[in-house]
Amino acid sequence: MESLGVLLTYPQFPYLEQELLRRGCHLLRLYDSPKNDQFTFLHANASSIRAVIGDTHVGADAAMIDVLPDLEIVASFSVGLDKVDLVKCKERGIRVTNTPDVLTDDVADLAIGLAIAVLRKIPAADRFVRSSAWKKGGYPLTTKFSGKKVGILGLGRIGLAIAKQAEAFNCPISYNSRSEKPHPNYKYYPTPLDLASNCEVLVVSCALTNETRLIVNRAIIDALGPQGVLINIGRGPHVDEAELVSALVEGRLGGAGLDVFENEPNVPEEFFWLDNVVMTPHVGSDTVETSKAMADLVIANLEAHVMGRPLLTPVL
Amino acid sequence: MGTRKTPVTLRKENMNFSLSLTASGSGSGSTTISSDGSPPLDRPPVLVLLSLSDAWSSALSAKFTIIPPSSPLSTSTRAVLISGSVNRVDSTLLDQYPSLRCVVTTSAGVNTINLEECRRRGVLVANVGETYSNDVADYAVGLLIDAFRRLTMSDRYLRNGLWVSRGDYPLGSKLGGKRVGIVGLGSIGSAIAKRLEAFGCKISYFSRKPKPTANYKYVPNIIDLATKSDVLVVSCSLTKETHHIINKQVLQALGKEGIIINIGRGAHIDEPELVRSLVQGEIKGVGLDVFENEPNVPKEMFEMENVVLTPHQAVFTPEALSDVIQICIANFEAFFAENRPGTTGTTTGTDYCISRRTQEGDQGRCAESYQTLKPADDLV
Repeated sequence: MESLGVLLTYPQFPYLEQELLRRGCHLLRLYDSPKNDQFTFLHANASSIRAVIGDTHVGADAAMIDVLPDLEIVASFSVGLDKVDLVKCKERGIRVTNTPDVLTDDVADLAIGLAIAVLRKIPAADRFVRSSAWKKGGYPLTTKFSGKKVGILGLGRIGLAIAKQAEAFNCPISYNSRSEKPHPNYKYYPTPLDLASNCEVLVVSCALTNETRLIVNRAIIDALGPQGVLINIGRGPHVDEAELVSALVEGRLGGAGLDVFENEPNVPEEFFWLDNVVMTPHVGSDTVETSKAMADLVIANLEAHVMGRPLLTPVL
Repeated sequence: MGTRKTPVTLRKENMNFSLSLTASGSGSGSTTISSDGSPPLDRPPVLVLLSLSDAWSSALSAKFTIIPPSSPLSTSTRAVLISGSVNRVDSTLLDQYPSLRCVVTTSAGVNTINLEECRRRGVLVANVGETYSNDVADYAVGLLIDAFRRLTMSDRYLRNGLWVSRGDYPLGSKLGGKRVGIVGLGSIGSAIAKRLEAFGCKISYFSRKPKPTANYKYVPNIIDLATKSDVLVVSCSLTKETHHIINKQVLQALGKEGIIINIGRGAHIDEPELVRSLVQGEIKGVGLDVFENEPNVPKEMFEMENVVLTPHQAVFTPEALSDVIQICIANFEAFFAENRPGTTGTTTGTDYCISRRTQEGDQGRCAESYQTLKPADDLV
């Protein structure tokens, strides 16, 4: 990988940068330039850039790809590829890799953690204690998690991991997916609306595509209802955020656990006043262990590419 | 569930409403005492030694005649409803109500009941078995995920506008592969272990004796358990032996990367020592639902980023409280079915009984009859 020109689109886990430098890569940091200077930066360095490492914040869109004639590979530090223009990459013959499997468990853990946190109101209870309100009286009852009907939108790797964990809490599992999967223990519903009408905790865990954009709309939210809870560990654009806000504010939805938002890092302010909403700042795979595993996979893919070997986790 | 709509169900505060009775009994049914002074046969009398919520009174009085301690019938009543946290069942009480043959407690813990004395007098004891266990286990797992993945802290970070001004939150720690040391593998400890296994955690446990039916590694010494664990979960009952079971030595053995989750009792942990360790950075973090002097919490903790503090909530779901009513009623029904007035009954009271639900599931069905099981050891 000596002297491979790699564009980093966003500040990464320090270990990743260190390992790239250790292997002799020439690193270019897009985020060092202010936003309106970034195209100038890309133009100026275009001939050096053979690889792009993108992530969930900044990927590789058509405009960027057009400006990089020598781009050979986009190695995304994520499993989701909604920020990479796959059509453009395919046209240009650019290879694309992502980081599946290594982050599956972390994201699933977070989904379950958010579900318990919302139903049992753990962060709200922590605020209650810290405000010394406990001295004046007890905290209200919070509804049980075990045994709740869990509905999973998208039964891929992450969805399956969530199902397996929720089963340990005796939760009956149902799902909607593009096609029915060979899991006889999990009930398949042919539409997201059917699923939402028949579950108590709905988890969004599908990829973001044109078909799944706004998959959680007003109808789904209404079907979940005042006792229902939405957990989103997919992408912000999966959910009609304005509808979600009004449903929560008006009490038409029981609660929400959200790791992703339409316009990160901005989050609807109305959520700040709600005890039945738990929010995390897109930390789905943000553990030390998984970040290292993702970095190792990105590097292994780049190395394989440079050596002419088969890529480990290619998408294109 | 939302802040706009507070569910109109049981609140803990309801449990302190005082019981109001008329001479004809309570509740909406006809519970008139017959002319010879005895309650109707179809509503056997149950002595009640705690304050009941509306939900409790109406459920209980639908099937039983509620006898308050002040009633002259109290000394001839054979069954009593108590709460482990309110009542002590000892010789004094058993002398006071000499006809008692069955004690039903709304608690899981039986440490305030003198089991030997009950056994000696042929008095059956029934607790609520595993009714609370799932909720407490859920809460313990919730606190554990929170401590490792910093849910509460990052939620607070976000609510304070820091995601915008400061950028991404620092990395958390993966659950998979972490070594979990469970202190006390009773019903709650087992439920916690079952859940954490699904997250890829490695489970070991410490208890007074190994559990032959448990598939987890037994560690006979709590210091060893702490040394070999990334997180300790305290889920044993509180006894003289387990008071301050988490002490300075255990905290040191757990070490700087260690986490503690406590859903037992505050007195399981030497709290001042814990605070000192946290202040000095000698352990990584804690999730605590219980404290030594509730509702007081050491104020140093309020400033800490790496602690999750909850107000003794683990058990309090409307589902559990409703299930407890059902299971206590089932226990009474089972007792009266086998011990009708005028019979000597089929139970000898040489062991105490724990009622078990015959079916799993969130609503579950209560035991149709109780079983005699091995005593005390199984509860810890």
